[in-house]
Amino acid sequence: MKQIVIISGKGGTGKTVLSASFAVLARNAVFADCDVDAADLHLLLRSEIKETHDFQSGKKAKIDKKLCTECGYCIDVCRFASISSDFIVDAISCEGCGVCSYICPARAIEMEDNISGEWFISETKYGPLVHARLGIAETNSGKLVSLVRQNAKKIAEERDLKYIIIDGPPGISCPVIASLVGVDLAIIVTEPTLSGIHDMKRIIELAKNLSIPIQVIINKADINTKNSIAIEKLCKMSNIPVLGRLPFSDKVVESITKGVPVVEFCKEEITEEINIIWEKIAS
Amino acid sequence: MIISIASGKGGTGKTTIAVNLALSIDKEVQFLDCDVEEPNAHIFLKPKMKTSKKVSIPVPEVDDEKCNFCRKCAEFCAYNAIAVLKNKVLIFSNLCHSCGGCTLLCPQKAISEVNREIGILETGNSGGLQFIHGRLNIGEAMSSPLIRAVKEQINSDKIVIIDAPPGTSCPMIESVKGSDFSILVSEPTPFGLNDLTLAVEVLRKLSIPFGVIINRADIGDDSLERYCKNEHIPVLLRIPFDKKIAFLYSKGIPVVKEQKEYITKFNDMLNNILDKVQRNK
Repeated sequence: MKQIVIISGKGGTGKTVLSASFAVLARNAVFADCDVDAADLHLLLRSEIKETHDFQSGKKAKIDKKLCTECGYCIDVCRFASISSDFIVDAISCEGCGVCSYICPARAIEMEDNISGEWFISETKYGPLVHARLGIAETNSGKLVSLVRQNAKKIAEERDLKYIIIDGPPGISCPVIASLVGVDLAIIVTEPTLSGIHDMKRIIELAKNLSIPIQVIINKADINTKNSIAIEKLCKMSNIPVLGRLPFSDKVVESITKGVPVVEFCKEEITEEINIIWEKIAS
Repeated sequence: MIISIASGKGGTGKTTIAVNLALSIDKEVQFLDCDVEEPNAHIFLKPKMKTSKKVSIPVPEVDDEKCNFCRKCAEFCAYNAIAVLKNKVLIFSNLCHSCGGCTLLCPQKAISEVNREIGILETGNSGGLQFIHGRLNIGEAMSSPLIRAVKEQINSDKIVIIDAPPGTSCPMIESVKGSDFSILVSEPTPFGLNDLTLAVEVLRKLSIPFGVIINRADIGDDSLERYCKNEHIPVLLRIPFDKKIAFLYSKGIPVVKEQKEYITKFNDMLNNILDKVQRNK
């Protein structure tokens, strides 16, 4: 079983479009959408939810007004400024540490379990999909990413699937680290813009620190050819293979609007190129 | 006046809007790049940096002489950042949320706090504009404390423009919290719409007034427009897809430097926002 994550640093470079195309081409795979706070892969794979589970994560403080003597110790010790002067806990900023509950002389503060999202197992015509939805204004997306990956792995083992294709989140912090840890290959999708190059360097450094093999795809390569060449040079210097260069294509937006992975939507230069890239990954 | 630019989906044009809005308006502007994981605004604004300071968070340190390995700290820690072995305490400081609980409750008074660097805060100027951003150290899991450090620099006498990170979870919330108004940048595709609806729910929960900019407004379909209409969300601006804008972006050149007509558009939009905020008060 091979775990492949599609990642980028910068948002909007084409992670989900490529993940969906690889989902079509892989045939023998389970898919994991690890962009849990803005998940979109299910929109292209037209999934049908088979199982829904609560995501329980951490706790939130709750003050019992009947017991509270308004001494104010809890306000003094809370480092997240989550308790108002009228002793109401702001559930959005509370990080569930429990210090207020520990310090309260009146024992008026309980730490309650927090349901902070849902995760799903779905079926698509290309294979099973594990995805999630973080609750509105909830935290702990790293833990939810790990949960999605664990379940994708379980399915891959049960059904003897060859690949786990992971659609990763943008950025470089907890959910990204949780998406990267322990994968066999990180495919970095970049674009030939100064922002794309800047962000690619940071995600490369992160993946290298985690000792993960990296390969790069340059998307919309013809938007700025000079920058595309710069990316290739940069990759060559760091011994990172460039899997391919994709041209800008109107067909991509059309395929997203129709809700179809682009390799299934049309036969154009870009889709030929994605096919070649997948063959390189699979070989 | 604090205006944050957010999106839900990445790559919709947050930085483009934030930078060009900041450069268009004829008022004193403070620019905060709160996308500390992947800060990009400096590429376009090219600020002369004046100060650079390390940002740290307090994490526990155990005095082995005083510790009697009672495990109370490990049992208390909600983030599994402490493990107590037979005669050794392990601190996983990258998991620590700096709540201070272990230090407070240790019966032996064996725990003190030391600073751990998580990133840097840089300030400078770009023309008349005051520029502030944070850069999270690579490998660091939590960005919120650094975002808070960037936001401590806010001078709300000026027009404060905050470039927020993508997504709808902690870093985005930390960035937009306390804004007088948020601009959500989206694009008319099913991805843009899906992620916009999530961002809208967050802003409603935080009670922040907001409007939408539809970027690449002539691609995709009209479901985003219909959504905004049904939800009574004001569309502040529509920007058509333009390969010239994409090319300028790729070279790190703000659009308003080459396409001056956008200066008026951004000014009109700002006045519209100021009106809305005034009326809400």
